[in-house]
Amino acid sequence: MTEYKHSVSLDIEKCKGCTNCLKRCPTEAIRIRNGHAVINSSRCIDCGECIRICPYKAKKAISDKLDAIKDFKWKIALPAPSLYGQFDSLDEIDYVLQGLLDLGFDDVFEVARAAELVSGYTRRYINRPNSIKPVISSACPVIVRLISLRFPYLCDNVMPLQPPMEIAAMLAKKQALEKNPDLCESDIATCFISPCPAKVSYVKNDATDKKSYVDCVVSMSDIYFSLLGVMKKAKPLLPLSRSGMIGIGWASTGGESSAIFNDKYLAADGIENVMKVLDQIDNGTFPDLEFIELNACNGGCVGGTMAVENPYIAKARLQTLKRYLPVSQNWNRKTAGEDDFYIPDDYIIQSELEYKPVSQLANDTNEAIKKMADIQAVREQLPDLDCGSCGAPTCQAFAYDVVKGEASEDECIVKMRMRIKELLKSDYAKPEKESAENDSK
Amino acid sequence: MSETIQFHYDVDGENFTSAGEASVQIKQKLRQLGFTPDIIRRVSIAMYEGEINMVIHAGGGVADVFVDPESIKIILEDHGPGISDISLAMQEGFSTATDTVRSLGFGAGMGLPNMKRYTDSMEIDSELGKGTKITMVVNVPI
Repeated sequence: MTEYKHSVSLDIEKCKGCTNCLKRCPTEAIRIRNGHAVINSSRCIDCGECIRICPYKAKKAISDKLDAIKDFKWKIALPAPSLYGQFDSLDEIDYVLQGLLDLGFDDVFEVARAAELVSGYTRRYINRPNSIKPVISSACPVIVRLISLRFPYLCDNVMPLQPPMEIAAMLAKKQALEKNPDLCESDIATCFISPCPAKVSYVKNDATDKKSYVDCVVSMSDIYFSLLGVMKKAKPLLPLSRSGMIGIGWASTGGESSAIFNDKYLAADGIENVMKVLDQIDNGTFPDLEFIELNACNGGCVGGTMAVENPYIAKARLQTLKRYLPVSQNWNRKTAGEDDFYIPDDYIIQSELEYKPVSQLANDTNEAIKKMADIQAVREQLPDLDCGSCGAPTCQAFAYDVVKGEASEDECIVKMRMRIKELLKSDYAKPEKESAENDSK
Repeated sequence: MSETIQFHYDVDGENFTSAGEASVQIKQKLRQLGFTPDIIRRVSIAMYEGEINMVIHAGGGVADVFVDPESIKIILEDHGPGISDISLAMQEGFSTATDTVRSLGFGAGMGLPNMKRYTDSMEIDSELGKGTKITMVVNVPI
C-alpha cells in the first residue's frame, strides 16, 4: 500500500507542541512527539479541524500555486461554486468568471455545471432498484475516506459517482479539444479553485481508480486577492455563467440533497455530527431514508479551510446570487437505447470503496486479543484525565501507543508525579528518623 | 490456546440520548481486533437493540461482552420488571413501550426479534419482578 499523501501538514517552526489539535482530531491521528505535533498519515482524513483550531497557525493546507501550470498552452479554471460566495455585493457570477480569464486562464468551466449533471445522475442512481439505501453522497472526499477507515459496512452505500470537480475537469478538457482542434491533451491544464484541502489530497492520490482529470488545485484564499483586484475592472460583461440554482446550491449543506427531488433525505455537516449519523446508519436503527448528504465542514463546502469568508455569510450571499437563476442549466440527455437508470461509464467510479483497517492491532485475532488485554492492563493504571500531556489525545489512546511500543508508560506525567511523591515520602522519612536518633544520643 | 477478552459496560437507564454508546464502543474494539465488517455489524446491532431495551424497560443494566477468535458472547443483565410472556415478546411488532417512548421513535416491537436475527443463539432468562438476563452469541466463521 502506498502512503496516502496529505494536504494538511505542519510547520514545525511554528508548532509549540500544545494539545489543541491533539484533542480536536476526530480520528486521533495526531500525537505530540519531541515537542511538536506528528500526523499519522494512514489515519488522517484531511478534515482540516487541526488547521481551524491551531492558535499558532502551525497547521496548514498545502495546495498548488498558479505558477505550476503557467507553461501549458491552454489553462482552464474550474471554480468551485463556493467561490461565488466569497465576494461582497457581487450581483453577477460572470464578474468572477471574467476575473479568472483576466488572471490568465484561457477558459473557465464552472464546477456548478458538473454538479447539476451529477445531481441528475444521482436521481437516476437512487431510482435504481438495486442501489443500496440509504445512498451516501460521494462528493465530500473527507467523508469517503472516513467511511473507508471506520465504517466498513457502509462502503457499499457510498454512491459510485465521480464528484463534480472530476466531471467538470473531464468535460472542460473534452470541450477544449473540440473548440481548438490544434490542441492536444498534453497542452491542456485544468485548475480547480478549491475551498478544501481534502480535494488537494484527492487529486494527488488519484483517489479513485484512474488518474484525476484535475491537474492542479489552487486554494481559494491564495487566489482571492489577485482575483478581487482584476474584478474591479469596469468592462461590459460577457454572459459566461451556465449554472443554475442546483449547481450553486451544492456549495452549502442541503443543496446537493434538495436536488434529488425527493424528501427522503438527510443532510448533515460538521465532522462530529457526521460521525454520529454514520454510527446510527451502521446500527441499522435509522429512519427510512434514500439519500444521505454528509459534509465534513460546518455549513458544507463554504466552510472549507481554504475559503476566505465565514461560511454562513458566504451561504447567505449565494442565496441572493441564485435567486433569479433557473433551477438548472445542465440536464442529462437521454441516451438512445438506454433505460431511465443509465449513467455513462465515465461518470462512474469503477473501483469499489475498500475498507482499510488502520486501527487493527494484529492480523491474527488471537494476537490482537492479547494486545488488547495488554492495553486494558496499561489503561487501568492511568489517571483517566485525558489531559494530553503524554502526547496522546486520551488515556485509552496512550495505552494503545504503549502496547504498540510507540510510547513509554513513564511519559504519563500524572503517574510520574505520584511516583515522585512516593519517593519523596520515603526519602524524607529516613533523615528525620536519623536526626531523631541523633538527638537521643 | 485461544485468548478471551472481556468488556464491561454500565448502561445508564436515565438517559435516552446516551443509549447506544456501549454498542459504538464495542464496534471500535471489534474493529481493532480485526473482525470482519459483517460480524461487527451483527454484534453492534444486537447490542444496540439490547441496550435500548434495557433503557426503555428496565432503567438500565450492565452489558458484558466476551470476545475470542471463534465467537463473541454478549450478556445483558438488568433488574427491571422481567418479561411475562417471552414467546409473545419475541413476536415482531409486539411492544409494551409507552407512548412517550414510541414518540421518540423506539418501541416498534423489533428489538428482541432483531437481536435473535442478528445472532447465532439467544437465550432469555427472565423472572417477573426480578429482572432479565439475555445471552447472545455470534459465531465467527473460520
